[in-house]
Amino acid sequence: MTTTPGLRAPDTRRRIYRRPEILADRSTHYCPGCGHGIIHRIVAELLDELALGPRTIGVASVGCSVFIYDYLDVDFVESPHGRAPAVATGVRRARPDAFVFTYQGDGDLAAIGTAEIVHAAARGERISVIFVNNGIYGMTGGQMAPTTLIGQRTTSSPTGRDALTAGYPLPITEMLALLPGVSYAARGSIADPGAIGKTKAMLRRAFETQLTGGGLSIVEILSTCPVGWGMTPTASMEHLANDVVGTYPLGVMVDRMASAGRAPKPDPAAED
Amino acid sequence: MTLATDAAPPPVRPVLMKGNEAIAEAAIQAGCDAYFGYPITPQAELLEWMARRMPELGRVFIQAESELGAINMGLGAAATGARVLVSSSSPGISLMAEAMSYMAASELPLVLVNVMRGGPGLGSIGPSQSDYFQATKGHGHGDYRVPVLAPSSIAEAVDLVATAFEIAERYRTPTMLLADGVMGQAMEPVVPTYRLPDRRAHGWELTGAAGRPPRVVRSLHLQPEELEDHNRHLQAKYRTIEEQEVRWAGERLDDAEIAIVAYGTAARVARTAIERARDHGLAAGLFRPITLWPFPTHALASIAERTRAILVVELSAGQLVEDVRLAVGDRVPVFFHGRTGGVVPTPGEVVDALRRAWATSESRPRETR
Repeated sequence: MTTTPGLRAPDTRRRIYRRPEILADRSTHYCPGCGHGIIHRIVAELLDELALGPRTIGVASVGCSVFIYDYLDVDFVESPHGRAPAVATGVRRARPDAFVFTYQGDGDLAAIGTAEIVHAAARGERISVIFVNNGIYGMTGGQMAPTTLIGQRTTSSPTGRDALTAGYPLPITEMLALLPGVSYAARGSIADPGAIGKTKAMLRRAFETQLTGGGLSIVEILSTCPVGWGMTPTASMEHLANDVVGTYPLGVMVDRMASAGRAPKPDPAAED
Repeated sequence: MTLATDAAPPPVRPVLMKGNEAIAEAAIQAGCDAYFGYPITPQAELLEWMARRMPELGRVFIQAESELGAINMGLGAAATGARVLVSSSSPGISLMAEAMSYMAASELPLVLVNVMRGGPGLGSIGPSQSDYFQATKGHGHGDYRVPVLAPSSIAEAVDLVATAFEIAERYRTPTMLLADGVMGQAMEPVVPTYRLPDRRAHGWELTGAAGRPPRVVRSLHLQPEELEDHNRHLQAKYRTIEEQEVRWAGERLDDAEIAIVAYGTAARVARTAIERARDHGLAAGLFRPITLWPFPTHALASIAERTRAILVVELSAGQLVEDVRLAVGDRVPVFFHGRTGGVVPTPGEVVDALRRAWATSESRPRETR
């Protein structure tokens, strides 16, 4: 077969999906169906879109996502378990011109690190907290976390979490939203493309809160752990969409910058 | 971040200073960019001094929610290349042990002040030296060392604060200034000789990856061979510190038949006891380690060659004495006198201990002279 030079059809393809520049060109160590890949991607997209890469200092926490510094091409410091908000406080105060975020799991933020997150929030530290809640300790083999659902079986609650002996799921983002130092608190999910889009909008708002001089901003992102949950990736997403949101309702809990008129509220007419 | 060139010029006349406040001001004059602390007796005045002075100089001060919070704020600030001071007292230092291990592993410079109080547990608020093991043998987990500087006067503390920053930054290591409740609370007339160590461009500090590849400050190395390589690197650094940074002071050792080994407040008690002993014809001298790690092992061994006995005096049940025994070996007998719980030994009881040590060692044949 021969081709005739000069008679190629014009290339009308449009590139609508590409790897964000901040996202390193490498495969991750995360398990199939793990939500960290999606969340890393939307964080990277936002850092690109807001041109924050050159002034960002991230704080990696302890858990599966500690290796986030291998996947996002920005400066990172690794924190001891649970202490990321304190570390981020030191970073942000010493370098007021930096954009600072922590990336923490629910074991890290809602168990061992409760004092650090509560007091960073109480001080109104100008940091953004990406709080990935999959309701389990993934890295250590799927043990019960404070966020584990009632009745959920884990390797340390083999007959299901019993409120009588193991207490109740901790709605820590709702608790933090009470504090005046928290300028923005919201909960999103990665259960489907629509939810991912909304979660990205929340993260954008959280980042903008820091950039416009607000206090602490936090987005809790409900995520999956198929291996820890003993489910397929598909079943995990369905469980997230159908069951987990029953305990952890989605939505914006507080947006004090908007309510103080320091940033334009989204135009209701522009929605839908 | 304000670089420290704008603090008030140092006084030239003697001023009456409380130890905690002198240490705080010395850190300010040494260019401390950020301070983090939590109230605990007997170091609270250090926090209070910083609370007033740091904001007026445009520098960072935070009273943290806990010692965990304070030291991890310090870790974060240190990761940006800031000159950081954190202070606490014994129970608080235990809480900071975790981050000290992380910072040693991540090679972050920071100066931590421990104004020791009586232990174990909540113990007392009286002066103590019972954190020697903790300070010199490692606060937290893993194979690491931390340089430990032990002043025995407020003027020396002022000087050693600057030295601590120099060592911390030169070797990229957390460094400890080990004082005790007496050092923290006592007031002395001093002519403070403040020093501002040079700023060095590190090349590892986190500033945002503008125009350069990203940097990561971390301590996780999951591959065993990679972690062992990192450990070898750290150990090589510690050997260099052992060669370069040993500090000690001797007093009246030239003709001493018996040497007291003591640091900090215990050394001051020993100094008085030595004068009294000499008044009664017992030629005693003082060997005072200034760096507790690296320990002046070789210097002490050679001093031991020239004496009949060693007496170790501590505000503890016997911790420094273990390093002294390792250094002295079987050259001469090593005796110990210590008080605990916040009790400071009197010069009188140290003189008695000297006499007992002397009587015991005099009756022994001297094999190797």
